[in-house]
Amino acid sequence: MKATTASAALILGLGLALTGCAGGAPAATGPSASAGSLEGSITVFAAASLKATFTELADDFEAANPGTIVELNFAGSSDLVTQITEGAPADVFASADTKNMAKVTEAALADGAPVDFATNTLEIAVPPGNPAGIESFADLARADAKVVVCAPAVPCGAATSTVETATGVDIAPVSEESSVTDVLGKVASGEADAGLVYVTDVIAAGDTVEGIAFDESGEAVNTYPIAALRDSASPAVARAFVAFVASAAGQRVLADAGFGAP
Amino acid sequence: MTLQFEARVGERGFDLSFQVAPGETVAVLGPNGAGKSTLLNLVAGLLRPDAGRATLGGEVLFDTAAGAFAAPHIRGISMLAQDALLFPHLSVLENVAFGPRSAGVRAAAARSAARDWLAEVDALELADRRPAELSGGQAQRIAVARALASEPRLLLLDEPMAALDVSVAPAMRRMLRRVLADRAAIVVTHDILDAFTLADRVIVLDGGAIVDGGVTAQVLERPRIRFTAGLAGLNLLTGVRTAGGLVGDDGVELRGAAAEPVAVGARAAASVRPSAVEVSLLEPDGTRNRMRGTVRDLEPRGDLVRVRTEVLSADVTPARAAELDLAAGTPVWLAFPETALSVYPAG
Amino acid sequence: MRTGLGGIPRWVAAIAAVGALFVLLPLAAMTTRVNWAEFLPLITSESSVAALLLSLRTSLAATALCVLLGVPMALVLARARFRGQRILRALVLLPMVLPPVVGGIALLYTFGRRGLIGQGLEVLGVSIAFSTTAVVLAQTFVALPFLVLSLEGALRTVGTRYEAVGATLGASPTTVLRRVTLPLVLPALLSGAVLSFARALGEFGATLTFAGSLQGTTRTLPLEIYLQRETSPDTAVALSLVLVVVAVVVVGFAHRAGAGAHLSAGLRS
Repeated sequence: MKATTASAALILGLGLALTGCAGGAPAATGPSASAGSLEGSITVFAAASLKATFTELADDFEAANPGTIVELNFAGSSDLVTQITEGAPADVFASADTKNMAKVTEAALADGAPVDFATNTLEIAVPPGNPAGIESFADLARADAKVVVCAPAVPCGAATSTVETATGVDIAPVSEESSVTDVLGKVASGEADAGLVYVTDVIAAGDTVEGIAFDESGEAVNTYPIAALRDSASPAVARAFVAFVASAAGQRVLADAGFGAP
Repeated sequence: MTLQFEARVGERGFDLSFQVAPGETVAVLGPNGAGKSTLLNLVAGLLRPDAGRATLGGEVLFDTAAGAFAAPHIRGISMLAQDALLFPHLSVLENVAFGPRSAGVRAAAARSAARDWLAEVDALELADRRPAELSGGQAQRIAVARALASEPRLLLLDEPMAALDVSVAPAMRRMLRRVLADRAAIVVTHDILDAFTLADRVIVLDGGAIVDGGVTAQVLERPRIRFTAGLAGLNLLTGVRTAGGLVGDDGVELRGAAAEPVAVGARAAASVRPSAVEVSLLEPDGTRNRMRGTVRDLEPRGDLVRVRTEVLSADVTPARAAELDLAAGTPVWLAFPETALSVYPAG
Repeated sequence: MRTGLGGIPRWVAAIAAVGALFVLLPLAAMTTRVNWAEFLPLITSESSVAALLLSLRTSLAATALCVLLGVPMALVLARARFRGQRILRALVLLPMVLPPVVGGIALLYTFGRRGLIGQGLEVLGVSIAFSTTAVVLAQTFVALPFLVLSLEGALRTVGTRYEAVGATLGASPTTVLRRVTLPLVLPALLSGAVLSFARALGEFGATLTFAGSLQGTTRTLPLEIYLQRETSPDTAVALSLVLVVVAVVVVGFAHRAGAGAHLSAGLRS
């Protein structure tokens, strides 16, 4: 008898302990809005393509507002949406396209209306030396060219499809990747002759790839929105960060990285 | 089909040479670790010697000087171990047919030959059973049939009766006797009865070398070295031949008849059965041979107790052992009649 | 069949129950999120069917390759003796420890356009990256250790005595392998193959990095799930359930076959 009760208690206890650990507790500091000085810690969920810029923006924000801490979480936009809707503790969300932001607003998780803070267009990336001699968007449809693109389900892939439709050029890719990073990787290693990525990605990749701009890129402009989230523990800091990104200072950082104006 | 064999294996201290004549069965006796299994494994090709040469019927089995080594499966030598080691996933019939089929015989012919061999070992009714369903004795029988079915030029048996029940061993022994009659075979055994029943000749191994050998009856009834005498369960006395018998190396005069002619003054050996030796505390009267000794230990053997001293062993009844209050260290007199001593040449 | 703890202490059974829950609860949680109304259309869509068929084809091919390569490897590791054997065994098991993505990168450096062997192949007109062959290679790479490990253990346990008997009966080494060794380790071979198949089926990281992702050519079921979760989590969950069911069916079925082979071998312990 005793042994059975003990075993039952063991299972129950472990079960409770496991559920009790669910969801990391956010940092304890609540918003203290004394005039002019912000305090608090926020977690910003940002699309992977914003990594370099938002890291810099976070540093600048913390420098301008001592007493604030900005934690960053980068991933694919749809992954971030899933996390947010499942209750992950996020204070700000910056998406790589409006479609994913719409999912957040429709779920009534945003605090106020989202703000468009940047745009991005596509560029052709080729390995250093351009071994296949790609010169234009139409060259991507060449039979002998190994082209890697993003899958249509992903923002940069959607943009690719839009340009294809607008130009009438049908690319037969050898691979449709789920993230821009994977496309870049295959181009940089020389496995692919060319890939379609964002302008900002080409700049960030430095010498590992060469970029070839094409006029038709204007057919598909990706707009990046940002919004503070309703369940934030530090709403004042969250809103302040959103405002900072949209401010002149923030815009300069984004422009340096190659983003277009919103 | 003569087997000529000589080999050395350094790490086991193994170094010997011997022959097996066509149709001859040789028994190999010796204590554990003497090298009996090493010998069989070398002949079968499951072990490589450091140096040596062996041929069977003129064909080379191995020759380290020439760098030649025939793989086990082409030697035509089958081996039978203590464990039957029947292939568990094959039926009895398929086990026995394994050898012929490996030689390229068609399945139907192989099975028919397998049935013949099963009949030879009185196990035909077991043909469709699985090895897991067999008793130890039955499995060993099938193993013999399997070994013979591959038509070996030489058969090796490694203590074939050792794992069998006492009740089953005699039938197995009889069957082996019949089957080995005209075959070249080497039988490794602990059991003297096996040697007497199956073997024409005996080789005694100790420490990786041959210490004794010869015709079975000769070696086991008239041992020349203590070791063989121990294996055969006989007492051994050595000394110099006298007219009436033997004078031992310790100077004791013993009287007995000669089993083989030995010149007076020549080195001689004599054996005495422990069952013929009587133990007493006081010097025995009469004209029997007598020796003094100190009890080393007592070993119960069935309905007798073997009293071991430094000179002789004697078999006495438990009642007698108790009556004499024998224990290690007790000084005793050992006596045996003239008829119990047989003298023969030593060396 | 008599049920019971079989002598195991109660607290051990309790912890085992917790462990089982740990594995089963997430599966159950996933099942509760399945959109049953849309289930059939979701899993029978063109992309889903293409991914499933590709996964089955490539995993079967990879398993066959694992058996072809793995049996000799297991035999050598279990039977032969040579210098550096321990190190070789450790290296051969490396794909189990390596993060699959790292495995994919390593394969790329070998078979990619500019890879060690890939360069030569390119000259001959053979291109491996972005092909179904690449998928099979990636799956084989990660699944091979499972077969080798399972088989090598069994070979050691069975020992060499039966093989020695076979040899003295006149069977050549190949015949011994065919008629004695392999039948004796058949259960382990089957369970190793099943494990390899399951691992190949679920392979993701190496495939993504090495083979790419294109419907019908290289987008296996795990890659399809990864992609679908961007736009249609319902499809992703539905396909995941399909993957789980296929794996459970295959593993359960083959374990039965393996147990059956074990019984017929009649091995005495």
